Amino acid sequence: MEKMDSSFVRKYGVILGLVGIIAFFAFESPKYFFTFSNFMLISKQSSINALLAIGQMFVILTAGIDLSVGSMIGLSGAIAAGTIVATGNVLIGILAGLGIGAGLGAVNGIIVSLAKVPAFITTLATMSAIAGITLIYTNGQPIWDLPHSFMYFGQGYLLGIPFPVIVMTIVFAVAWIILALSRYGRHVYAVGGNIRASRAAGIKINSVLISVYTISGFLAALAGIVLASRLGTAEPTAGRGYELDSIAAVVLGGTSLFGGEGWIVGTLVGAYIIGILNNGMTIMNISPYYQEVVKGLVILLAVMLTSFGKKYWNE
Amino acid sequence: MSILKIEGIHKSFSGVEVLRDINLEVEKGEIHAIVGENGAGKSTLMKIISGEYEPTAGKIFVKSEEKRFSSPLDAIQDGISLIHQEFSLVPQLTVCENIYLGKEPTKNVFFFKIVNHIKMVEDSRSVLSNLEASHINTQSKIKDLSVADKQLVEIAKALSFNSEILIMDEPTAALTLKETDTLFAILKRLKENGVTILFISHRLEEIFEIADRVTVLRNGEHITTKNISDVSMEEIVRMMVGRSMKNRFPPKVDHKVGAVVLKVEGTTSEPHFRNVSFELRKGEILGIAGLVGCGNSQLGESLFGLKDMEGKMYLDSVEIKIKEPTDAITHRIFLVPEDRHTLGLILQRDVKENHSLPNLDFLSRFGFIKRRKEKKSVMATVEYLNTKITSINQRVENLSGGNQQKVVLGKWLARSPKILILDEPTRGIDVGSKYEIYKFIYDQAFKGISIIIISSEMEEVINLSDRILVMSEGRITGELSPSEATQERILALAVKRKED
Repeated sequence: MEKMDSSFVRKYGVILGLVGIIAFFAFESPKYFFTFSNFMLISKQSSINALLAIGQMFVILTAGIDLSVGSMIGLSGAIAAGTIVATGNVLIGILAGLGIGAGLGAVNGIIVSLAKVPAFITTLATMSAIAGITLIYTNGQPIWDLPHSFMYFGQGYLLGIPFPVIVMTIVFAVAWIILALSRYGRHVYAVGGNIRASRAAGIKINSVLISVYTISGFLAALAGIVLASRLGTAEPTAGRGYELDSIAAVVLGGTSLFGGEGWIVGTLVGAYIIGILNNGMTIMNISPYYQEVVKGLVILLAVMLTSFGKKYWNE
Repeated sequence: MSILKIEGIHKSFSGVEVLRDINLEVEKGEIHAIVGENGAGKSTLMKIISGEYEPTAGKIFVKSEEKRFSSPLDAIQDGISLIHQEFSLVPQLTVCENIYLGKEPTKNVFFFKIVNHIKMVEDSRSVLSNLEASHINTQSKIKDLSVADKQLVEIAKALSFNSEILIMDEPTAALTLKETDTLFAILKRLKENGVTILFISHRLEEIFEIADRVTVLRNGEHITTKNISDVSMEEIVRMMVGRSMKNRFPPKVDHKVGAVVLKVEGTTSEPHFRNVSFELRKGEILGIAGLVGCGNSQLGESLFGLKDMEGKMYLDSVEIKIKEPTDAITHRIFLVPEDRHTLGLILQRDVKENHSLPNLDFLSRFGFIKRRKEKKSVMATVEYLNTKITSINQRVENLSGGNQQKVVLGKWLARSPKILILDEPTRGIDVGSKYEIYKFIYDQAFKGISIIIISSEMEEVINLSDRILVMSEGRITGELSPSEATQERILALAVKRKED
């Protein structure tokens, strides 16, 4: 019984945290913060990180980590934009961007699973290499002159809802269904929980590992394309530091860094908490320098509360 | 005067009472065995005595003085040390660094306190030689030692604290017979020097060999404490399980032994075993006995594809190649591994997911799990094996050893096994669950499933098997029928060396 209580804290604690933060900002700034349009703005701002965090979560569930997603944003945005400028075809550009993300993600997975290099080292190396490739490809210059149709992806609305939010919602729903209901989802949790027992149960370990990094790379590329479209330009360094926000969202959401445990709703809530903090503090006119400090402290506090709660319940 | 007295100890976790009103007196210089089924509260009680848990209610007296331990360190300072089943040694440090971990002798050099390495080595040597364990090099790293030597270092560490009460949790579980004898000789000598030993074991024979008194716990309650000379093994078993259990083994079930199913020819996996050949018949229970480290466990893992091996395997006279567990699973050859925590279970997942993990291929359609069918399949297995769980959504790490083992067994049942390889199927589980697992083995054999039992518990092999192979140093050294098998004969084959 005691363990049920602890996973209860882990699972729903983050939602309480979200409610608390919303209540705080709503009280501080009811006129600007607590409005529908601001909610849409937060969703739009959180969508990039949410996409990354969902991919990141697949990797962390297998007890891995993907540090290369930030660099992947820059490269996929650049490849997509470059291809669009070269061919004039938006669809080909987007497919090229997504393809490069999935492909390089698969490379991460192959190194981790077949060469057995620890995920942290592998993706630290590819993070650097991919950032370099992006600078070489773009010559360090942003790519401009993108057609208007491409901008819809990041700036458009469908039925009054920002298009990036729709993309995020669809990805979230699909990921939720996969993790909760599919055979593949079970394999992801199992491999992260105990890789040797999973192999002994007949699971093809390497395919699972390669696939989670591919998913992470693909979603990072999707995030990169959305970002390039929203900014109207592909910045080679656009995604710098995003990997840390995505990891923070996953951890805030209660996923264990040791693998095998985690709830995807938590990850989305984690991404929103980070988005709301950014948004709320900006509305309250807090200097961006202080914002970074507060964000760090909130993440630390949340994770400490979760583990304190766990201990408390276990005793 | 008793050295340790506990009075009215209660312990609850989240409102669930696991110990109820325990009273116990331990005399100085005795070896006191604590027995009980898994979940009886033995380990919890030991953890309270050694300061790892605080009791919900009750008192502890050491030498008639009331004590309150809020950490293991408090208990150690009062002379009580717990030697865990999983050792608390740092593998990367040396023997002497481990013995003096946290209390390194120091010397002053100018204004700095530095570790006095020479003194540490000398002191470690003298502690080890007191244990007649001088063969252990104080400079070796712990990770390079055998299990038995690690245990001696752990004991040395406790003695270096001048511990008067040693608590040992299943100290012989991973030891060979010879190592167990050595350990017992050491424990007896410690006892003569006035050290008191509390000893938890599932192996009742050992208790009769070494203990002076025995305490039986059941369901968190103290059942009795008796002189070992005043009780029989049957009585202890009866008190442990709370019902009469004349035999620890169920009555034999007649089962037909049919044609050869599996033929293994000249299989080798250096350095574990070489040139091993045998046949397994339909419905046969084949025991593979041997001491720990003889290679029988690796043989089982290799047959299942977890380890590489050379040689030939024929299933129903057709040659098969098993490179990975998936191959074995396709041929319906399944392994229940020796170490269920590393190879058998995903501890943080629930009973249902563990049960259905290898079976999702037929429990899902278009990649999605058919939840109702899954639940039905899991429930059927849980009921068949009489696994005690609160719900199929309970995490397996919260189950007792016996019930965890049933989950590992149950995983394969839905795939209608042809061959079941059971590696130490009853290690570390209580008498009641053991009995049920033996019954399960007979039931499977009756259904025509061929079973290989790999075990270092000779009684188990002798009582269950239709035929017994004995291994020593990676080779098969003999074959016995159950009628000719005795512990002595098996042991003679199990220690047979190459030169003989």
